[in-house]
Amino acid sequence: MELWKMSATELAALLDTRQVTATEVCASFFARIDETEPKLDAFLHKTREAAHRRAAEADRRLAAGEARRPLEGLPIGLKDNICTRDIPTTCASRILEGFLPPYSATVAEKLDAAGAILLGKLNMDEFAMGSSCENSYFKATKNPWDLKRVPGGSSGGAAAAVAAGQLPWALGSDTGGSVRGPAAFCGVLGLRPSYGAVSRCGLVAFASSLDQIGPMARTVDDLALLFSVICGADKARDATSCALPPESAFDPAAEPSVKGMRLGLLKEYFTAAVDASVRGAVEKAARHLEQQAGAVVIETSLPSTEHALAAYYIISSAEASSNLARYDGIQYGMAAPSGSTDPITAARSTGFGSEAKRRILLGTQVLSSGYYETTYKRAKLLQRQIAAEYKSVFEQCDLLLTPAMPSTAFRLGEKLADPMWMLQSDICTTPASLAGLPALSIPCGFSAQGLPIGMQAVGPRFSEGKLFMLAKAYEALIGGFPMQEGPL
Amino acid sequence: MSDGYETVIGLEIHAELSTESKIFCGCQNAFGAAPNTLCCPVCTGLPGALPVLNAQVVEYAVKMGLALGCHINTLSWMDRKHYFYPDLPKAYQISQNDRPLCETGQLQYLVGGQPRHLGITRIHIEEDAGKLLHDAATDTTLIDYNRCGVPLIEIVTEPDLRSADEAKAAMEEITRILLALGISDARMQEGSIRADVNVSVRPKGQAAYGVRNELKNINSFGAVHRAIVHEAARQRQILAKGGVIGQETRRWNDLEKTSVVLRTKEETHDYRFFPEPDLPPFEVPEKTIMALSAQIPELPATKTLRYQQAYALPPDDALLLAGRKPFADFFEAAVALRKAAPRQLANWLLGDVSKLLNEHRAELGDTRLTPDKLVTLVEAIDAGTISGTAGKQVLEHIISKDTSVETAIEMLGLKQVSDAETLNTLVNSVIRENPAAVADWRAGKKQAQGFLLGRCIKASGGRANPQVTASLLRQVLDDICE
Repeated sequence: MELWKMSATELAALLDTRQVTATEVCASFFARIDETEPKLDAFLHKTREAAHRRAAEADRRLAAGEARRPLEGLPIGLKDNICTRDIPTTCASRILEGFLPPYSATVAEKLDAAGAILLGKLNMDEFAMGSSCENSYFKATKNPWDLKRVPGGSSGGAAAAVAAGQLPWALGSDTGGSVRGPAAFCGVLGLRPSYGAVSRCGLVAFASSLDQIGPMARTVDDLALLFSVICGADKARDATSCALPPESAFDPAAEPSVKGMRLGLLKEYFTAAVDASVRGAVEKAARHLEQQAGAVVIETSLPSTEHALAAYYIISSAEASSNLARYDGIQYGMAAPSGSTDPITAARSTGFGSEAKRRILLGTQVLSSGYYETTYKRAKLLQRQIAAEYKSVFEQCDLLLTPAMPSTAFRLGEKLADPMWMLQSDICTTPASLAGLPALSIPCGFSAQGLPIGMQAVGPRFSEGKLFMLAKAYEALIGGFPMQEGPL
Repeated sequence: MSDGYETVIGLEIHAELSTESKIFCGCQNAFGAAPNTLCCPVCTGLPGALPVLNAQVVEYAVKMGLALGCHINTLSWMDRKHYFYPDLPKAYQISQNDRPLCETGQLQYLVGGQPRHLGITRIHIEEDAGKLLHDAATDTTLIDYNRCGVPLIEIVTEPDLRSADEAKAAMEEITRILLALGISDARMQEGSIRADVNVSVRPKGQAAYGVRNELKNINSFGAVHRAIVHEAARQRQILAKGGVIGQETRRWNDLEKTSVVLRTKEETHDYRFFPEPDLPPFEVPEKTIMALSAQIPELPATKTLRYQQAYALPPDDALLLAGRKPFADFFEAAVALRKAAPRQLANWLLGDVSKLLNEHRAELGDTRLTPDKLVTLVEAIDAGTISGTAGKQVLEHIISKDTSVETAIEMLGLKQVSDAETLNTLVNSVIRENPAAVADWRAGKKQAQGFLLGRCIKASGGRANPQVTASLLRQVLDDICE
């Protein structure tokens, strides 16, 4: 039995019936990691010994007849911007090299309490800034479907690890598309939850008003299960978190149905800005859902879409410049090179990568007096406008279907010299981020070169249950989402 | 100063609020703990840690706003104020810029017993920063994060003050109000209340304000006064010489009585304010404002004026009583029991009672003294049961022991002797024992009578009624002379 090929839900069933032990599950995933990691570079830090200890503990508990907790014995990985107590948390930045958080993120505590076993911390673009995972100070993760290509970003390590079977699932974070983009490039499911649905406590901030932790998995049941464990109000530690209303709930036992569900295709996304192969795949999936499952496809429009990218980069960079101002090499992380006369400047000059610096500069500029009104404030107005347009679109449709990324995975290094191109790759994902809406990237086939394509479903706030329903219906239609099982 | 110039002053007062926990986390809000023992990832600005607003802070600030007659914004929010300093671990302070909690109020304060008014521009809430500890011996700097996240209100006033005396009086009144509301310890020596002072001068009669300078780092009422006097003189000197005053931020050094330039106008910080994304805007419902309104006590200045008018207390005494809530409450309870003696009661409280409290480093509430006992004591003196001197002994007794005034008088054997026969015997024996003094008196040295009276009181163990004894002594002396 190759346990690493199984979904978390399947593994849970095997654990429940004592057909496997948590130790065996763990060993199988570490074997897959050891086999593929030299080529994939998805992990920044592996917690092998702690994982084996926890697996043994889980086995003892289960052998003693204790009830299995929801995630007990199931391996997981966390993007390296999620704080884990006494386990390195670097955000893939040199400036946080050596940082051992004295506390764990709320999601890490929840996973721990549910019995999940952490296998390690996953690579990302530095401070979650990027769309290729190449902005990591430590290494570039590769796309398991084509090792010469990027896995997408910024949660590239998480997406690659899940796609290649190093992990059944993982947590990433999504500010402007950092879960959905790599999910699309690597052919896995990736959810950006409604803003506030998941506590941000312990998520190292990039852009506080947009950041959300989101699950990535290969089956809809897994994705929904993981989301159900991490979501919920955390008022004592994150004032922006909130309880989910009952209608967001998802029943994994229910027969998935999209009969009569109104799916909107936004015309702004089906232009030359998006590769024809991607557009074609999304349209095909929509037709498939209409013809085979009874969904109603509606063509509609969200006129302010074209301004979303600019608004997103102004707001997110403004907040980033504020959030990153604390890194000075004094209290934690990288210490300034010895002998420097200006240790703070030295720590920052060498500790931040070029993308982080670019955004700090941009953000500082837009918040400066004389620019604040014309840039930041206008961007906030646009954000409100976009949210209002979504609201009216959702009077005509239940969910929206769009491409998740304008292209398939590009080659490593191909776009590094073109930061503007890299920013443009977020055109499909930033509008939902600005409006605080839940959005789910669903694999919808492969390009001619064999690269995964993702479609994005966007719903009203707290419509996660409906998004899972759509994805599960589609999963059933196409007979499941393929993983990269090869030796790489 | 009558040199043709007028001084214009405005204050920015920071007061630490005495809430149980800090403004954005559950850490204890306390002064004087060992360094870095009262802090968590939120206080130290660790990556991923998020602020959560303490509702008690909002409540306290609203109380101050209501006490100063401010408009309370029912919808308010926090902003980030960016500046880089190692005692500010996030490199921004969570404060309020666009929408302070309270706006446009007025402070009534007293100078020489007369009411004056100071416009309040705004009151907002924010977090305090940590403390840098410089160790000269090793030439290192250490950071104590305990103070990070201690809740502050900043009270910004209009430039309505015209002298150092007014500024000091206004500042003292704000302190008294903070104490009366029970929202701050207001201990300047612990830095729990600090002031930045804006000073400008202009020719008398000129409507436009002069160029103002901001003086920072002022942490005592005396220093507020000294800094203003110094700054006003400095600016006058520049103007008198035909010079121009530059807009500067200066640091006041109270030891050397000088100020030095921190920043010129060109070097003004761009704080890059923007709304704090980690904290949603918050509402203060009208219902809450009404409920808090009902909790605002009579303010010290109002009380002082009332004491002056209703009880004919001198302004200084009225202020001293009204400014300390335990004293004011005690005084009013005592006056209610005995309406005729407010001056006497005030004198006892501000005199002997305060002296004893100081000696024992105690608060009024810690003692066994009650309004009822003090009134009984004053009545015993008025009735001649005990002398004033004996009253002090009784006070010492009843302030620490749970006994009645009567019992104390008995126990201490202080009951005054007014019986003529007993006193006559006493006087005669004193006269016999002091022939030299009697001779002096005969020779016309009338002060000898005082000496003899003193001997009589002493011989009685302080119990002889001075008035009765004096008149008896006079009679006996007159008899001798005839």
